[in-house]
Amino acid sequence: MPQNEHIERHTKLHGKRLDTEERARKKAAREGHKQSENAQNLRGLRAKLYAKERHAQKIQMRKAIKHHEERNVKGAAEEKEPANPIPAYLLDRANPTNAKALSSQIKNKRAEKAARFSVPIPKVKGISEEELFKVVKTGKKMHKKGWKRVVTKPTFVGPDFTRRPVKYERFIRPMGLRYKKANVTHPTLNVTVQLPILGVKKNPSNPLYTQLGVLSKGTIIEVNVSDLGIVTASGKIAWGRYAQITNNPENDGCLNAVLLV
Amino acid sequence: MATFLPPPNKRQRREEVERTTTQQDVTPLLATDLGSFKANFVDSDGNQMTDVIEINFADATERNISVLLNTLLGRDREDFTPYRFRIHIPSKDIIVDHYPTDLLGLLQKHGVTNPFETTITLSAEPQAVFKVQAVSRMAHRIPGHGQPILACQFSPMSSGRLATGSGDNTARIWDTDTGTPKHTLKGHTGWVLGVSWSPDGERLATCSMDKTVRIWDPETGKPFGTDLKGHAKWVLAMAWEPYHLWRDGTARLASASKDGTCRIWVVNTGRTEHVLSGHKSSISCVRWGGNGNIYTGSHDKSVRVWDAVKGTLVHNMTTHAHWVNHIALSSDHALRTGYFDHTKDVPATEEGKREKARERFENAAKINGKVCERFVTASDDFTMYLWDPTNNGTKPVARLLGHQNKVNQVQFSPDGTLIASAGWDNSTKIWNARDGKFLKSLRGHVAPVYQCAWSADSRLLVTGSKDCTLKVWNARTGNLAMDLPGHEDEVYAVDWAADGKMVGSGGKDKAVRTWRN
Repeated sequence: MPQNEHIERHTKLHGKRLDTEERARKKAAREGHKQSENAQNLRGLRAKLYAKERHAQKIQMRKAIKHHEERNVKGAAEEKEPANPIPAYLLDRANPTNAKALSSQIKNKRAEKAARFSVPIPKVKGISEEELFKVVKTGKKMHKKGWKRVVTKPTFVGPDFTRRPVKYERFIRPMGLRYKKANVTHPTLNVTVQLPILGVKKNPSNPLYTQLGVLSKGTIIEVNVSDLGIVTASGKIAWGRYAQITNNPENDGCLNAVLLV
Repeated sequence: MATFLPPPNKRQRREEVERTTTQQDVTPLLATDLGSFKANFVDSDGNQMTDVIEINFADATERNISVLLNTLLGRDREDFTPYRFRIHIPSKDIIVDHYPTDLLGLLQKHGVTNPFETTITLSAEPQAVFKVQAVSRMAHRIPGHGQPILACQFSPMSSGRLATGSGDNTARIWDTDTGTPKHTLKGHTGWVLGVSWSPDGERLATCSMDKTVRIWDPETGKPFGTDLKGHAKWVLAMAWEPYHLWRDGTARLASASKDGTCRIWVVNTGRTEHVLSGHKSSISCVRWGGNGNIYTGSHDKSVRVWDAVKGTLVHNMTTHAHWVNHIALSSDHALRTGYFDHTKDVPATEEGKREKARERFENAAKINGKVCERFVTASDDFTMYLWDPTNNGTKPVARLLGHQNKVNQVQFSPDGTLIASAGWDNSTKIWNARDGKFLKSLRGHVAPVYQCAWSADSRLLVTGSKDCTLKVWNARTGNLAMDLPGHEDEVYAVDWAADGKMVGSGGKDKAVRTWRN
């Protein structure tokens, strides 16, 4: 007998207590109250741990409920015709259409001439140079002349960038405010994918900001869409596509963008 | 004033003298006596064709040997058949598929150091006497359909007529010679999922999402009879009865549906002759074989063989582990084209036509002198099976392993020696139809390959893919013969005309495109 099964052994030998079931029922009934009390009264680290555990439990619970709902569907599902015509050999298949639909939408939209130059955020609030740059005044010479600037907004810096010698570096782009990836959404399909940024195409406020790679609301960036499997008309995999930033990255700490169609 | 060149310096003078005094080495240019070997010609079934004959290595090019063999067989110069040769390496189990430029070198590479006295077996494969040129340019882009094109097929009569079925509930017939629409076949109330020409080219059948099959007269564009109602769900595929089996002065048509049944219709009366029920799920493909069998492949993982006359089940193959997507017969090309062949002479009488159609079928399906129709099934379980129901019953001849994703379509070459399979793993693969051995993988597409079609001479293959392109491949070498961009979106349907002149394709971009060389 394994050493740790002494309780099972005892039950087998002597049976259970007479009030076992009642106790179990009461314990189960108390469970909700207990959890509620913990949730309200725990403080500090224990509250944190408790919340984390509870969070995980709730996720499991929701999954289970969803699973049951799917199972409880009465009768066969209505035969639904797919929205776009597809050949017989693609019917009844769960097609991974998202990325592909994305590219088709883009193509259809491009066909309309007026849509070619429209962007999701047409008007962008300008950022003044006073707001964007902070003058560096540390050091003796700096103090006198004050020609060095720190960029105070998030920026995109290319992968092969090396900082120039201190003497020549006029603009400093802080490490903490650099971004490499953007959450790119398609406006109508609500497909969001995190994609690497390839470059800053245009910052509408100022050409200098484009050069510096400043990421502010309304900036057009180029993102790497090769993972999506979008194909060009000549049968090659499309690599870069433009997207416009929709949030204020300096407020949110992340970069959200919409793919331009 | 004339310019004088400086006199040649000492080095130049020395080299000049050397060049003029030494003899040029011309041995590589001269034909050396490489010796000879004894050739034993066998046909593809292994029967000896002629006596063993001695051939000089120096003259042993494939073309020369082909001419020699034709002469030995006593043919007239006009009736010469081009041959391809496969070389059996003596005293080894190796067969070289590709005839080399240097035969002696090849033999020595395989360890036959002194091949001068050995007898080498060459198996001769007759090639098509005509040659199809690879299509290289877009001949026409014909808009007209309002929704994606889901199916297309050329008329067996000529490459001048192409039928397409579309998601806009119409089928259309196009005049591909001029690139103009011919007829719009309106009547269906659901997407037209399939179009199929009868083997004599006089009728066109369309099947649709609206659960009906319709027959049309392609000359006038008028419906022929009423719609054939009876299926409970979408009709996904159709197959015409082979021309030489037509009875009672009428054709028959088999249609496969999502409701799990296959119906056989008498075309002239519109009556249902048989309902082949037994599949437990949607039937994805149906084929009507030349010896009166109907083959159906279904999403219930089984392949069934039915007797078309009696409407009874003959075989039930349950070897596949997932949906069966497509079936191809070794005689597909011959059955589809009936009595039309490359010579363009059509027999005048009904009897003559029937006899020619039967003869063409038997030639296509003959193995070892026996008519046995083989078929191959492609499945979602990444494999294919090669079947020979006449000889092997429900036991497969071979399992074709190699695809790394679902296999969407499979096609026998018109001469029945090769199998091409198109899959979701972005590749097309070529297999030997005799034993199911893997031969080549055609890579180049960057998205799933949906469809493939052989040229009539079995030398070229065209594939259509999700990546918006068509590609033409040389089946023997496995090289890309031509890349055909031009579609603006996924290519759903592609077909190569029976006379090889044209390729037609359609897809999500709603315009029919025809391609030619």
